[in-house]
Amino acid sequence: MFANHHKTKEEETSHASMAGTDTEKKPVVEMVQADGSDEGCVTFVLHEEDHTLGNSLRYMVMKNPDVEFCGYSITHPSESKINFRIQTRGGVPATEPLRKGLNDLTDVCKHVLHTFEAQVKEFKEKQGETME
Amino acid sequence: MAASMSNVDEIRDRVILGEFGVKNVHSTDFPGNYPGYNDTWDFKTFKKKFRIDVVHMDENSLEFDMVGIDAAIANAFRRILLAEVPTMAVEKVFIYNNTSIIQDEVLAHRLGLIPIKADPRLFEYRNNGDEEGTEIDTIQLQLKIKCTRNPRASKDSSDPKELYLNHMVYSRDMTWVPIGNQADVFADAKIGPVHEDILLAQLRPGQELDIVMHCVKGIGKDHAKFSPVATASYRLLPEITLLQMVEGEKAERLKRCFSPGVIEVENIDGEQVAKVVNSRLDTCSREVLRHDDLKSLVKLGRVRDHFIFSVETTGILPPDVLVSEAVNVLIAKCQKFLSELDLTEME
Repeated sequence: MFANHHKTKEEETSHASMAGTDTEKKPVVEMVQADGSDEGCVTFVLHEEDHTLGNSLRYMVMKNPDVEFCGYSITHPSESKINFRIQTRGGVPATEPLRKGLNDLTDVCKHVLHTFEAQVKEFKEKQGETME
Repeated sequence: MAASMSNVDEIRDRVILGEFGVKNVHSTDFPGNYPGYNDTWDFKTFKKKFRIDVVHMDENSLEFDMVGIDAAIANAFRRILLAEVPTMAVEKVFIYNNTSIIQDEVLAHRLGLIPIKADPRLFEYRNNGDEEGTEIDTIQLQLKIKCTRNPRASKDSSDPKELYLNHMVYSRDMTWVPIGNQADVFADAKIGPVHEDILLAQLRPGQELDIVMHCVKGIGKDHAKFSPVATASYRLLPEITLLQMVEGEKAERLKRCFSPGVIEVENIDGEQVAKVVNSRLDTCSREVLRHDDLKSLVKLGRVRDHFIFSVETTGILPPDVLVSEAVNVLIAKCQKFLSELDLTEME
């Protein structure tokens, strides 16, 4: 099952066909699904990514109780793309946990940013007070 | 003596440092793993547990604690700080004249590694295939220096500082040549190398350098010269638990097994008793596990979700700005894939 992935539903999200002018546009995300399986088991190929997004996104997707399996691998160290696989239980399409994981990761980052900036400001003010 | 944690809590929250290995390394708090625990992602619970404490900050380095986050995300921030926060660095070196002893390519390599003090957020990436460079994506610097004999040197001196003029080429000799409207836009910003005392080459009379450099915006993934940090690293907060009361001479030996300031020996009722004062200072050398009589008295571990970050910059951007930029880069990555997903859904 893992060796031969029948690429029946390979969607390339490059806009090469639509735009017409820019035929060199590289795909950013591809979806690879096996023949006959439901929408809940999908491998996403994320281009130009590595452990930075792969591991943090995997953690957020795994926190979702609908997800039965989530993992990522770097296909070859010379190519910068990752295979990100999600298997859901209960017939949930796999794009949903992916979208939720991305949204949750964005929320985490925004909260980290706000907290960090507030703390830095407080620290600078405290430093300013002790200097005077 | 701290109360002992239940086994399950220990597996979830602590990394154990054993004599021959490290245990409980991976985070296992995913929904379904532990009956009785609700590990589903909940933003409110995260917000309640999460906190940041700035410990030390000056213009070049920053030390802060991030508590309540998982290693995957903390590591993502560290990786982005090292490799994906953009800066400006010398990319193209036009050598019109180089009669020094330093080869062209070696000199060009050295020039590329010099940190350039220019806010990369005010510039854009250069388009592929654009050889000339415009004012919005290029900074032009010039290095034009010639070494001559010092006419005023005394006849029998052998000190090169006295005999020659301009025999050491420093980064302060690199001058900024504004292109286009850069002279108005960056009128008050001093664009140039961050440090002026980086030695680039040594010359002798008659040798000269005539070089023009173009700086572009790039990221550390492409070449390490674009990395904005001297280094960025994190460590987990160490935790030392004394399993029994340690007294007398053993207390003294225990104190010596750890970094200074971690364990203090107090005088309680005439007995010298060891107490853990500040486990944060420990470097986790596990020296205590080498002594057979002391190793059963302590339990060494690390708190899995408490990260002590240390960021040291090269001087281009202040360290707190760097951390904010790194978090923004991760947000941008997520948004990029979210918008791609939305586009696929619409098709």
